[in-house]
Amino acid sequence: MQAANSNATEAGTTQDFVTVFVGDTMFGLAIDRVHDVFIPAGVTPVPLSPPEIVGLLNLRGRVVTAICLRRRLGLPAAEGAARMAIGLEQGGETFALVVDGVGEVLKLGVETHEPVPINLDARWRDLALGVHRLDGRLLVILDVNALLVFASERAGATAA
Amino acid sequence: MDDLLREFLTESGEHLDTVDTELVRFEQDPNNETILRNIFRLVHTIKGTCGFLGLPRLEALAHAAETLMGRFRDGLAVTSPAVSLILATLDRLKLILADLEATGTEPAGSDADLIEALERMSLGTPEAAAAPEPKIAEPKLPEPKTPEPKLPEIVVRESKPGEVSLEDLEAAFLAAPGPDDAPSAWMPEPAPIAQAPVAPAPIAQAPAAPVQEAPAPVAKAPVSGDAPAEAPEGGLAKMQTIRVNVDTLEHLMTMVSELVLTRNQLLEIARKHEDSSYKVPLQRLSHVTAELQEGVMKTRMQPIGNAWQKLPRVVRDLSSELGKQIDLVMLGAETELDRQVLEVIKDPLTHMVRNSADHGLESTMQRISAGKPARGSIRLSAYHEGGTITIEIADDGKGLDLVAIRKKAVERGIATQADVERMTDAQVAKFIFDAGFSTAAAVTSVSGRGVGMDVVKTNIETIGGVIDIATQKGVGTTFTIKIPLTLAIVAALIVRAGESRFAVPQLAVLELVRVDATAPQRIERINDAPVLRLRERLLPIVTLKGLLGQDDTGTETGFVVVAQVGRQRFGILVDEVFHTEEIVVKPMSSKLRHIPLFAGNTILGDGAVVLIVDPNGIARQVSQGAQGGGPIEAEAEAAELGDPKTTLLVFKGGAGSFKAVPLSLVTRLEEIDAGKVEWLGGRPLIQYRGRLMPLVPADEAIAIRTEGTQALVVFSDGDRAMGLVVDEIVDIVEERLDIEIAAERSDLIGSAVLRGRATDIINIAHFLPLAYDDWARGAKAASAKTATLLLVDDSAFFRDMLSPVLKAAGYRVVTAPGAEEALAILQADARISVVVTDLEMPGRSGFDLVGAMRAGDPRVAGLPVIGLTGTIGADAVERARTLAISDLVAKFDRSGLVAALAELDAAPNAALRAHAA
Repeated sequence: MQAANSNATEAGTTQDFVTVFVGDTMFGLAIDRVHDVFIPAGVTPVPLSPPEIVGLLNLRGRVVTAICLRRRLGLPAAEGAARMAIGLEQGGETFALVVDGVGEVLKLGVETHEPVPINLDARWRDLALGVHRLDGRLLVILDVNALLVFASERAGATAA
Repeated sequence: MDDLLREFLTESGEHLDTVDTELVRFEQDPNNETILRNIFRLVHTIKGTCGFLGLPRLEALAHAAETLMGRFRDGLAVTSPAVSLILATLDRLKLILADLEATGTEPAGSDADLIEALERMSLGTPEAAAAPEPKIAEPKLPEPKTPEPKLPEIVVRESKPGEVSLEDLEAAFLAAPGPDDAPSAWMPEPAPIAQAPVAPAPIAQAPAAPVQEAPAPVAKAPVSGDAPAEAPEGGLAKMQTIRVNVDTLEHLMTMVSELVLTRNQLLEIARKHEDSSYKVPLQRLSHVTAELQEGVMKTRMQPIGNAWQKLPRVVRDLSSELGKQIDLVMLGAETELDRQVLEVIKDPLTHMVRNSADHGLESTMQRISAGKPARGSIRLSAYHEGGTITIEIADDGKGLDLVAIRKKAVERGIATQADVERMTDAQVAKFIFDAGFSTAAAVTSVSGRGVGMDVVKTNIETIGGVIDIATQKGVGTTFTIKIPLTLAIVAALIVRAGESRFAVPQLAVLELVRVDATAPQRIERINDAPVLRLRERLLPIVTLKGLLGQDDTGTETGFVVVAQVGRQRFGILVDEVFHTEEIVVKPMSSKLRHIPLFAGNTILGDGAVVLIVDPNGIARQVSQGAQGGGPIEAEAEAAELGDPKTTLLVFKGGAGSFKAVPLSLVTRLEEIDAGKVEWLGGRPLIQYRGRLMPLVPADEAIAIRTEGTQALVVFSDGDRAMGLVVDEIVDIVEERLDIEIAAERSDLIGSAVLRGRATDIINIAHFLPLAYDDWARGAKAASAKTATLLLVDDSAFFRDMLSPVLKAAGYRVVTAPGAEEALAILQADARISVVVTDLEMPGRSGFDLVGAMRAGDPRVAGLPVIGLTGTIGADAVERARTLAISDLVAKFDRSGLVAALAELDAAPNAALRAHAA
């Protein structure tokens, strides 16, 4: 997170982002964190799991935990939308971030970068690293590490 | 250089471990040249390599140790202090190696103390071997000594590191043969060397010899040059191995697991297609995969001896520390098991051997006086048994002190006096696995060390193992550990619950029972808690769907997976059972690890991910009663309902009549010498276990004997005991207790037919006050009702005492040992119409219980309550009034209790009264 920030503030440097959609909002994920883009199939739901977790799926012989970005952002579930998944890795584990759609890869410089607006929903503020002003729309840059830390874990950490 | 150093570190570590073990063997068998040569070679290798790598501290130490060992070879007597000194040197070497590993450089510091002691020791001539001993006791003292014979060596040693310059190293490295050649360097062609052996004798005097060879091509060169004699014996066998990084093996294992899964998928597809052209190659693929899997599994297997390697040294050190003579026997060290499992059991094993040496074995003196051989023995054995490996740690020591453990268990409040008296020795022994139950304090006065046995048990249980104890006083203790061979692949039952499939490890599964609402095997419900009659027993059932938080109503058809975890047996109801499959266990994602119901996940043959159900997790849920009312309560209740057999002690008391008392109330049966009965103030007493115990005849017709032996039935509660004088103890019977005739006498509850004989059931409550005035007086039972009563009392003694009284009064009785349990039972059992509770209980008191009842569910809130109390004070009465407790009765006022119950029956909203004691 710190690295991303310092990169973004360095003059002249650009960063590549994979864009994904949830509803009408466009989000960006740092490209070096994205390992895969695939269509999630055969998801096994996990009873008693945190609501953000869709379930487990088999990605080329690996068991991957699928996390729903919609639920992570506190958005209502969308019915019937074709879904895509982004493969992310953290601490040797693979996660699938389930989104509504995946767009192109954008190369963005610091000149369009803005800090996270303070009036944003707290849940979003925790997950966002910043916003890029694009032609006609905004791109919210997501913090991959924060995405993979759940409320229960944070609570557990402070309690412990 | 890095690689070279790392290689050196692993290798030296292993060598030092071997030397540790070998030295201990050598000490016991000082004439065994093979062992000595082996040790000598290993230390020499370390020394040579150190010199080559430029590690002066290590080299100097190894050199000094080697010199001393060279003297052994020349005939110096092998003394215990000398071996201790070398062992201390090895420890120092390990310390330096550990530092080297951490920092990459040799730590600063001096080993002059050890080196000097070693040199002094090696200077001792064979005849003067005894002389150096006292000096070794304080090896740290840098005693000035004649420098003359030492000087040349020191000079040589110091110059060595200097000789190996960086250029030399560099050149040596470049010239070194590739890894393929390394084995041949290890294998010093025995023939040529044997012809030109370096005389062993000069080595001690001329340690410089290998130094000259140090810059030679390979680090191991000095070995081949200087280890002529032992090469034919030990050397060759080791050549056949190759060192492989563990990560490489792990990766290989993962890949093979994937291959197995892919093969399974292919087989699944082939099953659906009739096209036979794949079948043959697929069959072959299947076989090859299976073999590959087996082969890779084998690479992960290690002999259990690896985990035992340090034990001889541990035992040796302990034996000198504790002043005990201990033999360590190790059998089946070659038994192989998965390295993952090996890692987990390593520390527990070491701890248990330590424990056996420390607490298990007696001191030499005690052993001799007990007529045992002076040397204690600890036997460690391992063998395969089915898919598991069994490890036994047996000592021939004094055995566990079960009396002390029983006492300790009661002191710590883990069990009540009545419980521990009833438990078998094996059950009692298991208390030492309770957290904080110090074996030292419980068993011996020796202070405990390190982790407790609870950690041992936890470690073993995490890998699905079980541990058992067999102990016999004066003969010894044997711990038996059973663990699975591997954790990576397990056989599992694939079941369906709702929409999803789950895997249940077969290890925990006892049997499968098909259930159907119309079939003879069907699920019955007690207040919604499902149970199954299985071979004359009631099995608590949990539904997998229910556990998973899904709606489980109307699930009466399916399969019950009967599982056992520890002593707990329960059934898991699932919708369907498919087949069994060897599954590769994959760890649960870190985000899901907190869910106790799952042990991991796996990919099935059809590519689907399924969750592996953890029977331990379910067992915990079952016992916590997380599912609608609590299956464990269902079990307790089932026992009350299903077959209320009572074990009774039958004795003759008074004019040849048969009398009986529930065995659960009895603490002990005794035959005493009648001459020991003493009379104080007109009351008979005996000295019993260091205290005075009052005696009470079971019937007026019984006279306490004045000669011969007198049979006693001892009752105790806490630290008070009473001896009931009887004519003769007849039998123990287990029968349904149906009081047919309520007695008119206060000393009897009534009469029942036991084994075809009319037998009086005595009322202990009548006798207790005769022994102690403050064990309040009781009275007889009265009318008959059919209501169900919940009796809450923390003392098992009073529960056992009051239950028959209340049963005799016509109530069906359910008991609970505390407020929590009582609330759970109240929730689960709608039949309960009255509650009798002790008001003074540890933890949540009776008042708290009533408070919680009143605040809860209207059915429970409206129940009449009778409070039992020792003292009835004004504020207790006030509190009882606010909680609408119908009546307060003194704890021993049996007639008062029965009367209060009768009154409750007559007028449910009786006003509060207080019965004074």
